[in-house]
Amino acid sequence: MKPGLEAIIGLEVHVQLRTRSKMFCACRTTYGAPPNTQTCPVCLGLPGALPVLNREAVRLGLALGLAVGARIREHSTFYRKQYFYPDLPKGYQITQGPVALVEGGALEIPGDPVVRGAAGPVRIGLERAHLEEDAGKSSHDQRPDATLVDLNRAGIPLLEVVGSPDLRSPQEASDFLKALHRLVVFLGLGEGNLEEGGFRCDANVSLRRVGEAAYGTRAEVKNLNSFRFVKQALAFEIERQAALLQAGGRVAQETRGWDAEKGETRAQRSKEAAMDYRYFPEPDLPALAVTEAEITAVRAALPELPEARSRRWRAAFDLGEEEIATLLQDPAFTGYFEALAVACGNGKAAATWMLGEVSRTLNEQGRGIGAFPVPPEALGELVGLVEARTISFGTAKEQVFPALLAGEGSAGAIVAKRGLAQVSDRTAIEALVAQVLAANPGPVAQFRSGKTGLQGFLVGQVLKAGGGRLDPKVVNEVLVEGLAKG
Amino acid sequence: MALGRAMGWRRSLDSGDLSSESLVRAAFDRIRALDGTLHAILATDEARSLDLARKADARLRAGERSPVLGLPIVLKDNLHWSGLPMTCGSRVLDGYVAPYDATVVGRLLEAGAIPIAKANLDEFAMGSSGEYSAFGPARNPWDPTRVPGGSSSGSVVAVAAGYAPLALGSDTGGSVRLPASFCNVTALRPTYGVLSRYGLTAMASSLDQVGPIAATAADLALAFGVMAGADPLDSTSVDLPGTERLADLQPLDLEGLRIGLPEEYFTDGLEPGVRELLDAALRVFEGRGARRVPVSLPHTRYAIDTYYLLCTSEVSSNLSRFDGVRYGLRVPSSDGGLPEMMARTRDAGLGDEVKRRILLGTFCLSKGYYDAFYLKALKARTLIAEDFRAAFAQADILASPVSPGTAFPFGAKTADPMSMYLADVFTVPTALAGLPCLSMPAGFTGGLPVGIQLIGPALSDVRLLEAAHAFQSLTRHHLETPTLSA
Repeated sequence: MKPGLEAIIGLEVHVQLRTRSKMFCACRTTYGAPPNTQTCPVCLGLPGALPVLNREAVRLGLALGLAVGARIREHSTFYRKQYFYPDLPKGYQITQGPVALVEGGALEIPGDPVVRGAAGPVRIGLERAHLEEDAGKSSHDQRPDATLVDLNRAGIPLLEVVGSPDLRSPQEASDFLKALHRLVVFLGLGEGNLEEGGFRCDANVSLRRVGEAAYGTRAEVKNLNSFRFVKQALAFEIERQAALLQAGGRVAQETRGWDAEKGETRAQRSKEAAMDYRYFPEPDLPALAVTEAEITAVRAALPELPEARSRRWRAAFDLGEEEIATLLQDPAFTGYFEALAVACGNGKAAATWMLGEVSRTLNEQGRGIGAFPVPPEALGELVGLVEARTISFGTAKEQVFPALLAGEGSAGAIVAKRGLAQVSDRTAIEALVAQVLAANPGPVAQFRSGKTGLQGFLVGQVLKAGGGRLDPKVVNEVLVEGLAKG
Repeated sequence: MALGRAMGWRRSLDSGDLSSESLVRAAFDRIRALDGTLHAILATDEARSLDLARKADARLRAGERSPVLGLPIVLKDNLHWSGLPMTCGSRVLDGYVAPYDATVVGRLLEAGAIPIAKANLDEFAMGSSGEYSAFGPARNPWDPTRVPGGSSSGSVVAVAAGYAPLALGSDTGGSVRLPASFCNVTALRPTYGVLSRYGLTAMASSLDQVGPIAATAADLALAFGVMAGADPLDSTSVDLPGTERLADLQPLDLEGLRIGLPEEYFTDGLEPGVRELLDAALRVFEGRGARRVPVSLPHTRYAIDTYYLLCTSEVSSNLSRFDGVRYGLRVPSSDGGLPEMMARTRDAGLGDEVKRRILLGTFCLSKGYYDAFYLKALKARTLIAEDFRAAFAQADILASPVSPGTAFPFGAKTADPMSMYLADVFTVPTALAGLPCLSMPAGFTGGLPVGIQLIGPALSDVRLLEAAHAFQSLTRHHLETPTLSA
C-alpha cells in the first residue's frame, strides 16, 4: 500500500455455540449426522411450530460478554430478519440484531508495529455480540437438476461478534481473530472449528488518508474461513482499494467474496441492490431478561482468561510471548501445563517440557493432550528430579521419560530401579577428575597453554568415566578447579 | 339427531346411558346429511374417530371421568391433528399432512375428546365471512344464502348445525366471536396466552388465540378447562387461575356487578335491531342486581387501523414459509430457478385476500415505512390496552355488540375489502389488548341471530364464563336451533 493511506478493518465473526440442543428447539447439534435427521417441526419451519429459547446459549453469550468486559443488557430483543432462501425454512432468521445481549468490551492484541509506529499491545473494541440461529445448508453442486437442502444446521445457536473498526492491518485482523478464537475455545463456547463452519469471519475494510477522521467507503469481504485467508484476502482487498483510489477511482460499497483458489476478492452484490430485511420484533418470543443472579453465576464460573494467564506467566515463570502463545493454543494443553507447573514447582521447567518432550510425543503419536498417558503429577515428579539435580536433563529425557510413557512406574521408582541417580558427591567426582586429568596429559597441557575450548572435551571424558550419572554442574566446577591447580 | 348440548351428553356418557361410539356415529350421520349444503367440513377420518370413541368408552367403563371424555369435537383446519391433512383453507398447503398434534389437540386427546373433523375457514383465517376459503364457503345454517361469519366459519357451523357439541376455532381479530354471533352459538376468545398456540398455524402471532365454541358457556368451559394453561412449547403462554371451576360452571352472582358500556361502541353504524337486543340483554342482567356504568375507550377509533397494520405485518412474515420448498404445493419454474419457483408457487397457491395482506404487511415493514406504520401501530396498541385498564377501574365487565349487523348475503362485502374489515370494529380492540371476551346469543332480528360480547380484565376468563352462564341460566336464546332439512 502506498504511504499516506491507512486501512480500517472491522471483523464480524459467527461463532457456533456448543450447546446440546438447538437455539429454539430440542434437536441435537451433532456435526455430520445424515442430512435432515436432526430436525423437528420447529427447525423445519412447519406451520404452527414456535421457538423456545435455549437458556444455555444465553449463558454462553453472557460468558463471552463478561470475559471481554462488556455491558450485559438486562432486556434484549429478538427480531425476525426476513428473506427468501431454500435453506431458511421460516423465510426469516430469528436474530437479536441491534438490541443485543452483549454490548461493548474489548480484546487485546499485540499491535502491528509496522502500522502503529511502535510495538506494544492495543485494545480492539467490540460493538456487540448477539444471539441468532444458523440457517440450513444448500448444496447446488451435488445434482445437476436440483439444489439439495440439509436442515440439520438450521437453528444451531450462533453468537455473532461484531468488532469495532479498530484494526489497521491484515496482521492485526488475523491476531484479533486468533485472540477471539482462543477466548471462544477457552470459555468452552464452541469448538471453534473453522473447517466445519463453527467459526466464520466476514471483514469490513476501507481506506482513508492518514490523519483523516472520517471513514472511507467500505467493502465487506465474506467467508474468510481460516486465519490465513483473513490475512490474504485483506491484503488483496487493501491493495485493490488503494489502486482504485490512486487512479482517482472510488470504492463501491458492496459485498465481495474471497476466492481462495484465485487469491482474489470478487464483487457479489452492491449495496444499492441490498436486501431490505424488514426487521421487526419476534412476536413468538418475549424479551430476553437476564437477572443479576444469572450474571453473577456465570461470572463465578468463568475460567481464568488467556490474557490473565499470560500476564501471570510472564511475571511468575519468565516465559516469552512465543512460548505463552503455544501454551495457550488449547485449553486442555494449558490445563496440563498449569498442573505440571504446580507439581514440579517450576513454571519455566514445566514450559520447557510441554513445548519439548510432551509436544514431540503428542505429534509423533498424533494425539491430543487428553490422550497423553502420563498424568501431570507423575511427569511433575520427573521434572522435579531434574530440578533437584537428582538426575540430569539428558537422563530424564532419554531414559526416564520413555519408561514413564511405557508405564514402568513412577519417575522415582524408575530412577531407583535403573540406578540412574546422579552423583553429586564432590569427593567421588574429584577422584574421577583426577583420573581423567592424569589420563589426558596432552589436552590438559594444551588447555593450560590457552586452548580453553578443550574444557568441554575434558568434561565429557569425566562424565563418560562416571557412566553418564555425574552431575555436570559439579563436574564442571571440580574440573575447573583441577585445571587451575595444576 | 343434532348433537347440541355438551353438558347433556356428558351426563349420558357418565351414567352409561350412551356410548361415545354411538355419539360419534350420530355426528358422522349428521355431517353426511347436512354438509352437502353447509360445507362446514374439509376432512374427516371416520375410522380413526370411531376407534378413539371406543377407547373413550373403555375408559368410561373403567370408571374414568373427565370433562370431555367421549365427546366429539370439530377442529378448525388451521390446527394440527397428526395424520390428517391440514389445509388452512388454502391451495398452498396441498398435500400437507399434519405430522404432529397441536398442544390444545394433544390435551383434548389425552382427556379423551374425539376429534371428528377438520372445519372450513377463510384462507389462513383471514376473513370475516368464511367466503375466502379456497374450497368454497361454509353456509349459515339459519339461512344458507348468507355467510356464517368467519374466519372460524366451519367450526361455528358445525356446532350450530349440531354436528358436534364442541369445536375449536381461532380468533385473531374476532374470528370465533363474529361467526358465533351470526350463527347463535357461544364462543370464547381467552386471554392471550391461556391457550397454547403451538400447532395453530400462525396468522398474526401476537394476536392469535385458539377459541372454544359450543352452544353455551358451560359447554365450552368443558373443553376450555382441559386445554388451558402454560405450555413449554409456547413461550407466550400463561397459566389461568380458577380452571378447576370450569368442569362444572356455576352462574356468577350478578348482584352489584358493574357492567361497563363503552360509549364509542354505540355509533350510528349499529343496526337498531342489534342495539335493542343488547339493551334487552342488559335488562336481564339488571334484573339480577347488575347495573350499567358508562365507560370510555377513547382510542377505539384507531383500533381498525392499528389492527390491520400489525396483523398484516405479522402475516407477511408468518406466511413466508409457504414457499414450495419443503411441503405443500410446488409450481415448477420455467427456468429451473428457485426464485421463480417460489414466486409461482405463492402466486398459484395463495388467494387474493391473503396476497392483499402480505403486500400490505410487506409495505408496512419496509425500510422508511416501519416507523410511520408498524412502530406507530405498536404505540397505538399500548394506548388501546390502557383504555381498557382504565375502564376496568369503573366496571367489572364490559358489554358490547359483536358486530354492527347480522349475517349478510354472500358477495355483499367481498368487492369492498374495507367494508369487510369494518365488520371487525367491536372485536378487534380486545384482541389488541389481549383480553378475554366472548360472544353469546342474545336473540334474533329479522330472523337472524345476534350475539353480544362480554369483555373481562386479563385472566378473568373463568369469571367471564360464569357471567355468561348466569345470563344463559336466565334466557333461552341459546336453545334456539336452526331448522335444517336433511
